[in-house]
Amino acid sequence: MKPFAYAVAEAPVQAVHQLSARPGAKFLGGGTNLVDLMRLGVESPELLVDVTRLELDRIEPTATGGILVGAGVRNSDLAADPRIRAAYPMLSQALLSGASGQLRNMATVGGNLLQRTRCVYFQDVTKPCNKREPGTGCPARTGAHRDLAILGASEHCIATHPSDFAVALAALDARVQITGPAGDRALALADLYRAPDEDPSRDTVLDPADLITAVEIPTSREAHRNSLYRKARDRASYAFAVGSVAAGLSLAPDGTISEVRIALGAVAHKPWRARRAESALTGNPATPEQFRRAAELELAAAEPLPDNAFKVELSQNLIVAALSTLAGVEEA
Amino acid sequence: MTTTDTRSQSTTSTLRLQVNGREHELALDHRTSLLDALREHLGLTGSKKGCDHGQCGACTVLLDGRRVNACLILAVTAVGREITTVEGLADGEDLHPVQQAFIDRDAFQCGYCTPGQICSAVGVLAEARSGWPSAVTPPEGGVQLDEAEVRERMSGNLCRCGAYANIVPAVLDAAAAELPAPGIETAYHEGESR
Amino acid sequence: MTVTKALTGPPLTRDEAIEKVTGKARYAYEYHSQPDTAYAWIVTSPVAKGRVLTVDADHVLRSDDVIAVLWHENAPHLGDVGDPTLAVLQSPEIAYRGQLVALVVAKTPEAAREAAAQLPVEYEELAHDVVLTPDHASLYKPEKVNPAFETDTEQGDPDRAFDASPVQLDQTYSTVALHNNPMEPHATTAIWGENGSLTLYDSNQGGGVVQQLLAGLFELEKSQVHVINPHVGGGFGSKGMPRPNVVLAAMAAKVTGRPVKLAVTRQQMFSLVGYRTPTIQRIRLGAEADGRLNAIMHEVVEQTSTVKEFAEQTAVATRMIYAAPHRRTSHRLARLDVPVPSWMRAPGECPGFYAFESAMDELAVELGVDPVELRIRNEPEVDPETGNPFSSRNLVACLREGARRFGWRSEPRAPRNHREGRWLIGAGVAASFYPTYQMPASATASVDENDHYTVDINATDIGTGARTALHQLAAEALEVPLEQVTVRIGDSDLPAAGIAGGSMGTRSWGWAVTKACRQLREEGAKSVTANTKKDIEALGEYTRGSYGAQFVEVRVNQDTGELRVPRMTGIFAAGRIVNASTARSQFIGGMTMGLSMALHEEGLIDPVFGDYANHDLASYHVAGCADVGALDIGWIEEADEHLGGAGTKGIGEIGIVGTAAAVANAVFDATGVRVRELPIHLEDVLK
Repeated sequence: MKPFAYAVAEAPVQAVHQLSARPGAKFLGGGTNLVDLMRLGVESPELLVDVTRLELDRIEPTATGGILVGAGVRNSDLAADPRIRAAYPMLSQALLSGASGQLRNMATVGGNLLQRTRCVYFQDVTKPCNKREPGTGCPARTGAHRDLAILGASEHCIATHPSDFAVALAALDARVQITGPAGDRALALADLYRAPDEDPSRDTVLDPADLITAVEIPTSREAHRNSLYRKARDRASYAFAVGSVAAGLSLAPDGTISEVRIALGAVAHKPWRARRAESALTGNPATPEQFRRAAELELAAAEPLPDNAFKVELSQNLIVAALSTLAGVEEA
Repeated sequence: MTTTDTRSQSTTSTLRLQVNGREHELALDHRTSLLDALREHLGLTGSKKGCDHGQCGACTVLLDGRRVNACLILAVTAVGREITTVEGLADGEDLHPVQQAFIDRDAFQCGYCTPGQICSAVGVLAEARSGWPSAVTPPEGGVQLDEAEVRERMSGNLCRCGAYANIVPAVLDAAAAELPAPGIETAYHEGESR
Repeated sequence: MTVTKALTGPPLTRDEAIEKVTGKARYAYEYHSQPDTAYAWIVTSPVAKGRVLTVDADHVLRSDDVIAVLWHENAPHLGDVGDPTLAVLQSPEIAYRGQLVALVVAKTPEAAREAAAQLPVEYEELAHDVVLTPDHASLYKPEKVNPAFETDTEQGDPDRAFDASPVQLDQTYSTVALHNNPMEPHATTAIWGENGSLTLYDSNQGGGVVQQLLAGLFELEKSQVHVINPHVGGGFGSKGMPRPNVVLAAMAAKVTGRPVKLAVTRQQMFSLVGYRTPTIQRIRLGAEADGRLNAIMHEVVEQTSTVKEFAEQTAVATRMIYAAPHRRTSHRLARLDVPVPSWMRAPGECPGFYAFESAMDELAVELGVDPVELRIRNEPEVDPETGNPFSSRNLVACLREGARRFGWRSEPRAPRNHREGRWLIGAGVAASFYPTYQMPASATASVDENDHYTVDINATDIGTGARTALHQLAAEALEVPLEQVTVRIGDSDLPAAGIAGGSMGTRSWGWAVTKACRQLREEGAKSVTANTKKDIEALGEYTRGSYGAQFVEVRVNQDTGELRVPRMTGIFAAGRIVNASTARSQFIGGMTMGLSMALHEEGLIDPVFGDYANHDLASYHVAGCADVGALDIGWIEEADEHLGGAGTKGIGEIGIVGTAAAVANAVFDATGVRVRELPIHLEDVLK
């Protein structure tokens, strides 16, 4: 870890200014990923601007009936919030399935969204990695890739985004509020992450001095309330997902699907919103057969590698299992 | 408060840390983790370094009453927070109920993960009192600590000796022995949302 | 409290319990933080085979905080102690990725770490070969397997007997590299005294061997080296011998004239401190229709490094666990450009029993017999390898008691027969065995004018409860209350004793302690030192070992393949149990590590780079709290008069032996899928 200066930000605009003024500066939130990466030599900021003392730690209702979550809210506080638990169960469950109690007490909402991939090559500075050092190559394709992407990857990078929380936010159509050098703006979470394409080094569309200040969760609907997050992993707890799904479902009085929301985790560089599956299901009967067909349709685009090919079936099964639970129907 | 000038290029700060009810003034490299500040600068070696990356829980301490991994916290960011380590849990000769329960249940072997396990368990009890759910808490109703709850909540603390089967009953014993105590403050404020 | 001799001793709490729960127990890195203390950091090789050409030490020595950089051109010369892993910084040769190539010493840990990261090292890189295959070109027959067993054995005509058997099983099982990962990383604080003496606070499983080898390396008298280790944060074999950290710390302290602290990082532990070799094991069983075995063949392929041989004794226990007139065992090693494999909890028995006890389950399925019954039918009268009588052997009793307590269905396996919702449920069984070893030890018992007794022995408590057990044995032999006895361990100034390893620590030390205390009492002396060398030599010709039976319930999710183990039962026959509480902890600890081996642990060798790619605790999973369900532990009371000493066997390792097979057998029972490669992944059982 290189020596670095440290400053406590007092207001978002000032924090953004501090970063704009000093290339090599970074915001410090909970530190659960940044400090880890600094110790590995993956990140070496010259200045850390501590944004945890900004007043970004509120969970407040919005004028339109949604909920605005400050970017500094700790994961554990958000997961325990009774409004979140009642109106967006998938969100609370996603948070609680991530990391450990200690890390959830530290990790912030904003930092969770911006955490980096846990690909073992990205984290090892003695090895090439296009995400860490563009142009050096991707050893994961022929190396350890069991945990890596099957959807939306490029020949340059097959990293997965590690967040559980972001998967639920994607399914909820959450928006991200940003204060940047050019002022304030908001983005759909779906538009926050970039595809790896030719340059996997940039995970998001954000400018280095952009500060996420809040996440806006839309007004709760039936498909938000009747929702769940299901995560499959190699340990019963304290492990990143091998596959996960955030799903929400509402049924019309005739039993057909009026709204369905599905996002997959651990399969792509971003939370993977399963739009194809959603449109195939909407208006159709809520049966396991329909769920299976839609899941297969969604995963048809998968381009797995030898050691992660199982994620195709795993993700399909997660979709079918989650929707069957939400619809109250038995799987075959 | 830290005396750092926010515009400065300095890579060190003189700061005050509140540890186990005592204030300490330290001149620290910004790179110094809270864990190293405790172990190397304050002689509080109870908090352990097992991985230095938030992957084992041996460094668990309480920060304003909440359990955290001290290895991933830069000491300079802990200014103004109340830090409690395993050395600060007992009241003189009287052990904390969690400490006593760990002894009674033989909930450790080599002892290296133990301070982290104990601090984590103290945090778990506070979180449960506050009604915080876990990944295994049913959606309806409050939190009832049982074996499944404790197993899930204590999963951030690895024990290579494999004492989990004794740690779980120890935490449950301590939960039963503890007098009702206030939970920890959460960001949720009644009345704001309705 | 007075301790009386019983087959099971009372569940006393640990002598050091309060220190451990209050944070007062100090480990190797937790001494000597003072203004002149220096911090050392290891620099490792990013190439898997080659040579160090140059190290640009000046590049980092420009920093005021950096005190020294050591590498092979400027490191002090070390004496030859016959262990190439301890000849640190003596040569430019690189034999594996992650080998240490330099050491940085600085005034702060932050500066040391950063200088190590920035140190320019130039390498000549050569092609490497790190992948173990069953027909690797370098396979050879080692002279002996660990510690000194015959490499190959053959009795009768196993090929013919196999061919003639009506029921045959021929399967190959494999295990991956496993990393010990004690929670306390290997660490040392080293201080040189003005008189040329060396004090080492070191994390190890036996200070005596550290003292002896460090004296050799630094060309000192043994008495000039003082090794102190009152508390050790686990070892599981990886601290059974000195590791590079202790040599480097001593070297750095010598060069800088300061106390030096050095800890191996968690990541570095995946290359520098040993691990369990991967294995490929072909097993052939030939049986009669009633299940009696005619032929047993167990042929093992495993790896070693190019710098030092370690030959795991994977098939050795197969030589005696069941009766069969015809048998063959063999071990072949591939010499690869990999880190040096070494001891990990029950080397040999642990991977060997995974394969062998899986094969026994497969045979039971083939025969349509209850797997418990199959084992009972093959119970030998005498040791089938040597013909020696067993000093005691209660495997059958363990199987029967375990089956009763677990609620085992005594019938042939019928897989995929039980489910609850989306979960398939199965049960599996396996036998456990670990040989009983002993090493000579000395202990001193003395009494003062207030009738307080002190017992001194350089034993090591790595978490086993040895300190407490020795205290109990001493009080028992002295016939005085515990409060009247103090036991001192973990210091090389105390009477010499062997390591905490091979499950022989408490047995060997307890023997010496018991002998010294009895003699003190009988002679009415003030101080007595006893040694057990002659007693051990006088042991009769018996096969001695601990036995056990493990029963496991597994649940497999039909949607995700996720595997859960809600309960395990382990019944053991391990001689006299000195402390019911700490003994139970040893058994649950072993079984938990066995469960971890079955479902989680996987050292992934990277063919391109040559290292274990997943070298941290986030990517190398060990079982966590939520992975471990209810553990029911019991033991058969065993009075074995041929054990000598305090009548104890060993309990530190047997718990891990057989667990993985029991889990894999339960997975088969749940799903109908036989997994022959560990660990079992969710994708192995997905559909």
